[in-house]
Amino acid sequence: MIEPGLYHILFISATLFFIGVYGFFTRRNLVTLLMSVELVLNSVNLNFIAFNKYLWFDKMDGLFFAIFIIAIAAAEAAVAIAIIINLYRSHQSIDVEHAEELKH
Amino acid sequence: MTGSTIIFYLLAALTLVSGMLAVTTRMIFRAAIYLLFSLIGIAGIYFWLQYQFIAAIQIVVYVGGIVVLIIFSIFLTQQTGEKLPKQKIGRKVFSALASFCALALVLVQIAQHEFVITNGQFIEPNVANIGHQMLGVNDGGYALPFEVVSILLLAALIGCIVIALSSKPKTA
Repeated sequence: MIEPGLYHILFISATLFFIGVYGFFTRRNLVTLLMSVELVLNSVNLNFIAFNKYLWFDKMDGLFFAIFIIAIAAAEAAVAIAIIINLYRSHQSIDVEHAEELKH
Repeated sequence: MTGSTIIFYLLAALTLVSGMLAVTTRMIFRAAIYLLFSLIGIAGIYFWLQYQFIAAIQIVVYVGGIVVLIIFSIFLTQQTGEKLPKQKIGRKVFSALASFCALALVLVQIAQHEFVITNGQFIEPNVANIGHQMLGVNDGGYALPFEVVSILLLAALIGCIVIALSSKPKTA
């Protein structure tokens, strides 16, 4: 095993990104789709932090991008869960196959 | 091989294995718990990189906030203990194939790319420096995005309340 550096972290984040994409392709339940999106967002954050640490350590812009992505991800998750609960109330199901119409 | 290297590989394995389980398991509650461990693994990598502030934010917001929210919504919308329906095998195979091909492409691109390293002075990413730049209005300050994100969070808060509000049955 060699000393980990920038490339190792980029490999991990790319793998995590495509794990999230795989989940997004295969899952049919809205809550699990949301989990896949969280994995994708986290892999992007990891990339930003790695670039900041190893390439542009004289600035902190990557760090700020990661902080803002976390804030927006929190807002996104809250709105998504409100929509999911509303959908469950009108359809009694949160499967994407059953949610064909926006208004019931 | 030092202890730091071993810890890095352990954290990477924790993140990737639990992320993989989170998107493949058919028990939805277990998927949420695996997601929790994956996010903790990422927070551990941030600690390993010595970005303590972002690691703390990761734990507070993701592990303490978003995963708890997801678990609540599972309890509200799902019969617990019931497995998710089986997926078509063709869909699984083609999704795995597409993701794997894209992953291979990206990994090859990363491995071939030569990154340029800056020759500036190292800035310690501690809370004092982060705070000064976050609320700075000079060149490179992040005061405006900070305010915009506050407005976004307020809008999301109000939007959630409006969307999830139980609609009264209309009287004819």
